[in-house]
Amino acid sequence: MRELKSVSSRVAVLDRADVDTDQIIPKQFLKRIERSGYGEFLFFDWMKDPAFELNRPEYEDAQILIAGRNFGCGSSREHAAWALEDYGFRVVLAPSFGDIFRSNAVKSGLAPIELSEVALTELKAAVSAVNELTVDLEAQEISHPAGLRVPFELDPYARETLIGGLDDIARTLKREDKIAAYEARALSG
Amino acid sequence: MAGTTLFEKIWQAHLVDDDPPLLYIDLQLVHEVTSPQAFEGLRLAGRTVRRPDLTIATMDHNVPTEPGPIRDEISKRQLETLRENCKEFGITLHATGSGSEGIVHVIGPELGLTQPGMTIVCGDSHTSTHGAFGALAFGIGTTEVEHVLATQTLVQSKPKTMLVRFVGTLPFGVTAKDMVLGAIGQIGVAGGVGYAIEYAGPAIEQLSMEGRMTICNMSIEAGARAGMIAPDETTFEYLMGRPAAPMETPAEWHELRSDPDATFDRVVEVDVSHLVPQVTWGTNPAMVVPVDGVVPAPASPEDERALEYMDLAPGTPIKEIAIDRVFIGSCTNARIEDLRAAAAVVNGHKVASTVRAMVVPGSAKVKLQAEKEGLDRVFTQAGFEWRQAGCSMCLGMNPDILAPGERCASTSNRNFEGRQGAGGRTHLVSPAMAAAAAIAGRFTDVRELG
Repeated sequence: MRELKSVSSRVAVLDRADVDTDQIIPKQFLKRIERSGYGEFLFFDWMKDPAFELNRPEYEDAQILIAGRNFGCGSSREHAAWALEDYGFRVVLAPSFGDIFRSNAVKSGLAPIELSEVALTELKAAVSAVNELTVDLEAQEISHPAGLRVPFELDPYARETLIGGLDDIARTLKREDKIAAYEARALSG
Repeated sequence: MAGTTLFEKIWQAHLVDDDPPLLYIDLQLVHEVTSPQAFEGLRLAGRTVRRPDLTIATMDHNVPTEPGPIRDEISKRQLETLRENCKEFGITLHATGSGSEGIVHVIGPELGLTQPGMTIVCGDSHTSTHGAFGALAFGIGTTEVEHVLATQTLVQSKPKTMLVRFVGTLPFGVTAKDMVLGAIGQIGVAGGVGYAIEYAGPAIEQLSMEGRMTICNMSIEAGARAGMIAPDETTFEYLMGRPAAPMETPAEWHELRSDPDATFDRVVEVDVSHLVPQVTWGTNPAMVVPVDGVVPAPASPEDERALEYMDLAPGTPIKEIAIDRVFIGSCTNARIEDLRAAAAVVNGHKVASTVRAMVVPGSAKVKLQAEKEGLDRVFTQAGFEWRQAGCSMCLGMNPDILAPGERCASTSNRNFEGRQGAGGRTHLVSPAMAAAAAIAGRFTDVRELG
């Protein structure tokens, strides 16, 4: 998994609530057994509409996505996070996320950052004037060239995973003695 | 000291380590769609499956429901990959044609694998179904599937707890599906985000295990990863004699309930005394109204978009909405009791000439049982198609899909845009309501059907 310390980029805004993972990556693309190559199918049906937000030329090459409430709700398909990451996004800013999507995103090198509606409104206003943001995971701060700074919180373990591009399984295997002890207890109980 | 919740009891019993919490997983269910990359990850890292004995696989999402070989080459490859992975890593597979295959959330309980007090995961958001047995069960992504395969544990942040208490007596002809759709309408699609839900109250206690599974199944549609119900005699009786279940009810199963003085982070009361069969009108499960209601006026841009997608005008009576297709199936509503309820409505009637209707049993065993009871003939004589087990048109990964613009009364769990086929329009209902709609050619209150 790629490391993610800080990203400075254009921002795409998808101002819709309850965007489900069926929209992010429709079912016909879940038949593949590979982990990469989903970016070209991102929002497959919505992309057919020339007026769809992500078709705007000014959003090209954006690595930061501002989304609406409950982004990534629905199906557990990690393909949704893979598609966003493969398309080029490294960060999603939203008022809230679907629980499974949030966890899948972290494991795919895509930072799901929760912000208040107030903070998001400020950020949207700022990027509509100058479309650039820096999201710094180490400093836990978002900054705009005009001077706006917005702090954020991220679960410490998730933050370490993202910043280091870490393999969670290797981290858990360091706790092997605890797992073995639990299994021994469970067997004797 | 305040009492503890059912959730807390299971959580504490499975805590391997703290900071961050590491949870032991008692059972992982695997299917073909969300597992290939996980097994590949194990191979690339030179890892093995820690507990193949706690891992069970089946084929469900991709399988065709018509007899004959699978024609879709990509689906075929995915199914074959599962077969090879199970062989390589020593995992029991309930393959298509084995007689024990079916939708993962139907066969787990059916085989007695799902048991009270367990932690259960699967790469599928409807894993919450298994919570009906008093288990902590939740959906995970593929990287977490790999994590459980390798370590039999998961790093989890602890969710908050929500009690959904159903009060009042459920009126005649109103079902578990209507209860859960009503609850989601009240909680909202994001209301359960960050919570594990416990469902309780007299209306829950009176439900069969099938009904309880329908309720827990749809927890994720309110945003909650897990939903559970305390086990009781109904639970123990259901499990008795099932292949993987213990011969006698273990004493500790009786302790699996929230203490009377346990506190929850949020409590929601749902009064079912005047509940009417529910029909969704929009593109998420919280966009729901009673069958005697009308399509509501939009209250948000999302509502406006949903109305446009569903091609519905505000104020239209639900009973005037004509349908093209009926789907009775899915992990929500394809168990034997669901098929019995639908067959009871269909018996002696014909499917409307404008409607194409199909029944897809949840498992090979459900199909066999239904055929023993003659339900298949009730359906086929009425003009329904009688199919083989699988996820089918709930998500349309197999050939069973809606054509663009087609409107479907579906017993499944999601009415998202394009869920059952690009451009398709899904209305979620109970099996009895879907059967009634098939006959009438439009939505109708099943209780008024003569």
